[in-house]
Amino acid sequence: MTLTSSGSSQKTMELICPAGTPSALRTAVEAGADAVYCGFRNETNARNFPGLNFDDAELREGVAYAHARGAKVLVALNTFARAGCTKVWQTAVEQAVAAKADALILADLGLIDWARKTFPDQRLHLSVQAAAATVPAIRFYVETFGIRRVVLPRVLTVDEISAIASNVACEIEVFAFGGLCVMAEGRCLLSSYATGESPNMNGVCSPASHVAYAQEGNGLVARLGGFTIDRYPSGKPVGYPTLCKGRFSCNAKVMHVFEEPTSLNTIGILPALQKAGVAALKIEGRQRGKAYLAATVRAFREALDALATERQLPLPELSGLTEGSRQTVGSYRKTWR
Amino acid sequence: MLDVDPQNETLARRGFLPGRLARAMAFLPLYPLEFAAFRVLENTLSQHPGMLSRLGEHASKRFAIDPVDCPFGIILEPRESTPRLSVVPSLETCSWDARIAAPLLVLLGLLDGCYDGDALFFTRDLTIEGDTAAVLALRNAIEDAEIDPGEALGMPKLAAPFVTASLRTIATQLRTALGAPEELNGKTSGAP
Amino acid sequence: MQITLGPVLYNWPTPEWVDFYARIADEAPVERVVVGEVICSKRTPFRQDAIGDVVERLERAGKEVILATLALPTLKREISEIGETAEGDRMIEVNDMAAVYKLGGRPHIVGPFINVYNENTLKVLEQLGARTVCLPPELPGPSIGVIAAHRSTADIEVLAFGRAPLAVSARCYHARIHELSKDGCRYVCENDRDGLEVDTLDGQRFLAVNGIATMANGVTVLGSELSMLAKAGVSRIRLLPHTCDMVAVSAAYRDLLDERIDTAEFLSRIRQQPLPGAIVNGYIHGQAGGRVA
Repeated sequence: MTLTSSGSSQKTMELICPAGTPSALRTAVEAGADAVYCGFRNETNARNFPGLNFDDAELREGVAYAHARGAKVLVALNTFARAGCTKVWQTAVEQAVAAKADALILADLGLIDWARKTFPDQRLHLSVQAAAATVPAIRFYVETFGIRRVVLPRVLTVDEISAIASNVACEIEVFAFGGLCVMAEGRCLLSSYATGESPNMNGVCSPASHVAYAQEGNGLVARLGGFTIDRYPSGKPVGYPTLCKGRFSCNAKVMHVFEEPTSLNTIGILPALQKAGVAALKIEGRQRGKAYLAATVRAFREALDALATERQLPLPELSGLTEGSRQTVGSYRKTWR
Repeated sequence: MLDVDPQNETLARRGFLPGRLARAMAFLPLYPLEFAAFRVLENTLSQHPGMLSRLGEHASKRFAIDPVDCPFGIILEPRESTPRLSVVPSLETCSWDARIAAPLLVLLGLLDGCYDGDALFFTRDLTIEGDTAAVLALRNAIEDAEIDPGEALGMPKLAAPFVTASLRTIATQLRTALGAPEELNGKTSGAP
Repeated sequence: MQITLGPVLYNWPTPEWVDFYARIADEAPVERVVVGEVICSKRTPFRQDAIGDVVERLERAGKEVILATLALPTLKREISEIGETAEGDRMIEVNDMAAVYKLGGRPHIVGPFINVYNENTLKVLEQLGARTVCLPPELPGPSIGVIAAHRSTADIEVLAFGRAPLAVSARCYHARIHELSKDGCRYVCENDRDGLEVDTLDGQRFLAVNGIATMANGVTVLGSELSMLAKAGVSRIRLLPHTCDMVAVSAAYRDLLDERIDTAEFLSRIRQQPLPGAIVNGYIHGQAGGRVA
């Protein structure tokens, strides 16, 4: 058994960047991504947003482009296949393998099983949507299906990550920047409760097609599926009505019951993550624009290069890119335990 | 905190064209503007055939583009094969599926890819109304197309890069002068 | 169809919890009862001394008892406790893949927190020892039908009554709302026997907080849908305990299943109960879960 973290042989963490479109893929590769992740333009991936993602030909071109520049392409097929239509997900696996994807990011037990049996040599990663956050859960996937890397849910502290990394026989990938799921990913039905569409089934959370902004009184109201998610007074920053970031009335108080609309930024704790045995850092945001992508990828590339040469880490200003213009290191340094 | 427009309190005023210029524009005839804008649309769609497939069902929607600092608005219908575009003195009487509103320089910056739509939306430099999914589809289609201003204006192949470069320089200088949100085109990459 | 009484998902004080199961043992027409903590391991020590008697009493009354396990184990202690529970004589209900790993292929029940969305996943779980699979609450009717049609060794179970659990988090929202830390939570969740109401800023009833879990505010009630489910091959329905009279609720389901009453009579009996929220059934009809189809 080879473990990924062992004191002296700490490898530079891989930088995994989002590619919502072919041009975003090129942008990320040029800005210094070690790998990009992307998905097909359908319900097989968890960012099934209008106007986003790749068709078969675009993926082939994207992989060729990335490989020519020494970057990898990971294909996310991380929704749960609809009963009776599992062929759609299996076809997507076939297309990704044919396009020479370096790894497939999967969550559905049935699809993982099928992909492993059909393509025994294909590298498989476990999506965050599979919500494997403990040593035995990860071992299950590694020992049963030969999963090579697990993307950890955004619920663990650096110490917890370290304990997991030294006790499982696969690589560890964690989220480094971007939107923040506060619920265990892949185990949240809030979106479908309000809209009928969910990350697990449809690859969308709080889908734009169910969002309505309305000017009411002295401010802006954001609703999702008819439920009021927040009201923004004039002149104040607004947010997208993601359910878990909304303000609600609870226990005679009005508050962000689940989470403030902040974004994750780990650029200040990269040495700790590396020491914990993290093999790869993931930047969230396949739905975000190229400008966002270029700025964040470049900032993390610089920080990782500095880390590799033990130079002083640059701490770039990325707050303009984040929701609510506020940032957090999330669960990595728990303040609420 | 952001400046607040007393007339339209929902909007920050960053990057607004000076009021005098805007008022002067009101005396210009709209037809030449419409003609030019339509050519840009036609050029863009023919140079980037993938845009329509990316728009999908949303290609048939009516988009109201509202440069909030200008005395006109644009109604855009990408449609399958026969795009439509009209420049109107006011969007108030128009019907639309989705409205996208921001200062002209910000809208042009979005088209050119030097702004992040989400970030502008969070800071309220950009507002959207109506069919949010259609706006997202349009944004993503534009993002992927990498529209080149020179080519979109129909400049010959050799001249286009020069036109693009000078247009970008002018736009950047104007944005700086007018206090528009900072561009993200590699200028905030973290260099101290 | 058989009726399963799901685990109490809320933090009921131990005496109430014991009394509840005593009444269930004596009076509720249910075949199977899932007992134990699913949401928060901090709640278990209080019931440790009582659970043995509760299980015994239920079994004496002829109920099959299944032991529940945590939906989101994170601490070492929590995971080893699942292992210990699995060592016992009774079947356990798994709600996390960590528990599946610990079981090493022994027979078990798959709870609604495990993502079973299609027939291929069902097959994998059956091979791993699943004997009953309670499907996730958001599954639409057609998916349930396809999955049930493909079952071989596992029974298929569907949530028919109660506030559906919608999400789990590492964070405790009861503690957060009361401005307490998770470790120093003072067990404030005990005050909300059916969950703590979360309303929108426009006063719409929306969700309910239950420790680390977020529940639907609406109460799932499937009535007219049951015959369709039975035809599709679903052989068990699950009722989730609330503070209303669960003996009356389970009796109403039993009578409906045995065709002693029609759906109208069934619904009027359910509506007589002080339900914690409005009746909803959107999910099974392929709509938003908070809707009434």
